[in-house]
Amino acid sequence: MVEMTITAAPKVVEPTIFDLSSPGRKGVTFPVPDVPRSELPASLLRADLPLPEVAEVDLVRHYMHLSKFNYSVDGGFYPLGSCTMKYNPKINEDTCRLPGFLFTHPLQPIETVQGNLSLMYDLQEWLKEISGFAAVTLQPAAGAHGEFTGVLIMRAYHRSRGDHKRTKMLIPDAAHGTNPASVGMMGMQVATIPSDERGNVDLQALRAACDDTVLGMMLTNPNTLGLFDEHIEEVVRIVHESGGLMYGDGANLNALLGILRPGDIGFDVMHFNLHKTFSVPHGGGGPGCGPVGVAAHLVDFLPSPLVGILEEGNDETPPLFGFVTPPNSIGRMKAFHGHFGGGMVRAFTYIAMHGPEGLKDISQYAVLNANYLLARLRDTYRVPFDRICMHEFVAEGQFKGSDARALDIAKRLMDYNFHPPTNYFPLIVHEALMIEPTETENKDTLDAFADALIKIADEAKNSPKLLHDAPITTRFGRMDEVKAARELVLCCWLPEDYDHP
Amino acid sequence: MTYIPHSPQERDAMLNTIGVERLDELFEAVPAAHRFPKLNLPPALTEMEALAELSEIAGSNENVRGDLISFLGAGMYHHYIPSVVDHMIRRGEFYTSYTPYQPEISQGTLQAIFEYQSLIAALTGMEVSNASHYDGATATAEAVNLAHAQFRGGRKRVVLSPAIHPHYREVVRTYTQGMDLETVGDDAPDPKSAPETPLDLVDETTMLLIVQYPDFFGRIYDYTKVIEAAHARGALVGVVANPTALALFKTPGEMGADIVVGDGQPLGIPMWYGGPSLGFFATKKSYVHKMAGRLVGETVDSRGQRAYVLTLTAREQHIKRERATSNICTNQGLLALASAVYMSALGKNGMKQVAELCYHKAHYASDQLNKVKGYQAASREPFFHEFVLTCPDPASQVNAHLLEHGILGGYDLGQDYPVLKNQLLVAVTEMNSKAEIDALVEVLSEVKHG
Repeated sequence: MVEMTITAAPKVVEPTIFDLSSPGRKGVTFPVPDVPRSELPASLLRADLPLPEVAEVDLVRHYMHLSKFNYSVDGGFYPLGSCTMKYNPKINEDTCRLPGFLFTHPLQPIETVQGNLSLMYDLQEWLKEISGFAAVTLQPAAGAHGEFTGVLIMRAYHRSRGDHKRTKMLIPDAAHGTNPASVGMMGMQVATIPSDERGNVDLQALRAACDDTVLGMMLTNPNTLGLFDEHIEEVVRIVHESGGLMYGDGANLNALLGILRPGDIGFDVMHFNLHKTFSVPHGGGGPGCGPVGVAAHLVDFLPSPLVGILEEGNDETPPLFGFVTPPNSIGRMKAFHGHFGGGMVRAFTYIAMHGPEGLKDISQYAVLNANYLLARLRDTYRVPFDRICMHEFVAEGQFKGSDARALDIAKRLMDYNFHPPTNYFPLIVHEALMIEPTETENKDTLDAFADALIKIADEAKNSPKLLHDAPITTRFGRMDEVKAARELVLCCWLPEDYDHP
Repeated sequence: MTYIPHSPQERDAMLNTIGVERLDELFEAVPAAHRFPKLNLPPALTEMEALAELSEIAGSNENVRGDLISFLGAGMYHHYIPSVVDHMIRRGEFYTSYTPYQPEISQGTLQAIFEYQSLIAALTGMEVSNASHYDGATATAEAVNLAHAQFRGGRKRVVLSPAIHPHYREVVRTYTQGMDLETVGDDAPDPKSAPETPLDLVDETTMLLIVQYPDFFGRIYDYTKVIEAAHARGALVGVVANPTALALFKTPGEMGADIVVGDGQPLGIPMWYGGPSLGFFATKKSYVHKMAGRLVGETVDSRGQRAYVLTLTAREQHIKRERATSNICTNQGLLALASAVYMSALGKNGMKQVAELCYHKAHYASDQLNKVKGYQAASREPFFHEFVLTCPDPASQVNAHLLEHGILGGYDLGQDYPVLKNQLLVAVTEMNSKAEIDALVEVLSEVKHG
């Protein structure tokens, strides 16, 4: 974070859409009504609609200019740990825009949307098979929304058994921030469990925290250090023995396709991130899609509705798909059925094209790429938990005798035309750089990235100013974040004299 | 088909650098008994085969752009989406980027969100908007979270109008089930009672009153006095609004609302069988610290250039963890962009045109239906683009009959309100031609009632 003392008016690189507006300009217009006009209720009308007035060509150029300010997976390597920024296949963009998907209304009679329902049913079945769970809901809108769904299900399970005292959720110190926040939304307590010296859950601390107030444990495995917990079955056993349930944060599922099914080793609930593992694009921050899988004893608590078979088919007729409501459902998590077009259709396309062997290849090569980068970098960057990693690993972005920090390394990487890794997360590593290459990067890209990081390490020791000043080759430099938070300019408007120049 | 670029030689060279011989040696930490399960999934398809299969699935639906005439709304609307919207959001620079955590190389997304916030604030008549929520229903639930944070748990009652979308009310109840709140009002015996009725339940323990505008039944009502009265009892007021209507009608901001939420789907987002769309969330500046979700603010960079960053991040889960205002992590970034392009492409003129078309066509439909024997369109109160049609038979039967003629008649209100089983919620947008409306009227005129 930098604070600057610039007093001159800031230079405008790209005007806002409001800046571009000129009274009387028109963009898209609509036909005149083909029905008689009705009288509008004068007392209920708004006086003015202060929206911009631009021509379509101005609009297109504006957004084209803006697009060029963005780094993207289509543009380069994006090793953002924990976010799985893999290549997004172009075919997904076509399948999700087929007219039969785009132009169907969520409340149409089920007989008219059997295609959509069969796709949702198959996707539920496929995700069950991939994860080893008994049932899957597709409704949650994103990973954090899936987590919230899962925590509500765990709570409902205990309460259905008359067990109201379970209000404590165990969460490792390496967990994503959404885990404790999801618990906080329920008004429940978080007990933080430390990691041991090999990056596993500290079993002694876990045993000490386990009692009859434990709702369950939220665990990311592989964890946010990119390490597979070496005592995972023991962790599950300890939590289950206390009466708690195991929640799996599926953010790191890209390491496990065809490698391990979390349901097989005793996880009770898990959310998927279709926008990480199954190639739904991240869209500059959404929409995501966060289905939740549960073991048999939790099926009755899933959010309503689920897609089921209402009438079995036979050789001549296909089954009739429709919606079913689980008997003890926690309720509805959002309006309608979830992120069908943008999430489910893309993920369905992706899984269909990979098949069982292709899915296993995804995880094997994601893990290969991460270990290759780790092997290339471990002599230059300290890796605090150094063993074979899964799909990502965490290095320290600091060097003895240099005041350059992880943030500076991240910014300097931009000068080498790479997106930085996640930094300052997980919180248990100082100056963390969390690197997740994904399976879709080739060896040349990984080598170029490793070379850049090695060079930056040298710069950090010998010419740290290069790092403090970085980035210098990008269109924008570092930001004054203090000014943004202090002045809180959150909107732009049409000028006050807009109509009266 | 996969998207893995490695040649066998490259793979082997990488394994050699790592110091192992085979890929499976990298997985020894995984419990051996469960390692490498055989997945029972269909065999892989090529791109050509996948497109054929998906086309067949999509083609087996009956869509509302050719197969069926639709008067179905109830929270999701068939509007025209100008071509420019999809062209812009299909730029790889937008759709294959992540949340803009690195502002130096994310100014495209950041400025687009800043403009989205500005457009939503202008449309709702509010001071600030966040970068969006998952949908209108979850944005409504987040309004409860804001009020809860504002009163620090000191007020426990939430009053919901029964004329709020049934899914939204359900989601509020789902979200708040662990929060020890008292949610009242939505089980009123007469769901279509006067829009100000829920005010009777607002007392000094009430943190939030939520109403809808136009309400679920399409009625437009000036809530100014209701809001004043709720404020007098110390409660906040949230309004669930339809963004198309806001182009024409008095804004909730003008009426004094504290929070305005709604679903952004009508703003250039396809219906897509229900999602994804976006939830917009606007409020007064004084509540901004209690608001969940991403927020973009203006600043300058080290070169003195105007620029944008995610701001007030200390409210969010990755900093505050269990004390965060919400667990929300993503927003609906790409769809916020789509709606910003839509609002800008239509602009002041086009937005108003669409709203007027919806208004005139819905009123024409209502007038014509009123002339059909046995049917009565509720048209005494002002309404916008959706109205309740009272039928001589259960709405489910009427819909079944209309479907035989290729018409989706509307939403059967009996599904959510048993007392309204003969009532159909009919939505008319600019996409419905006069000929389609006349066809609806004609089919209903020919029905023999039994």
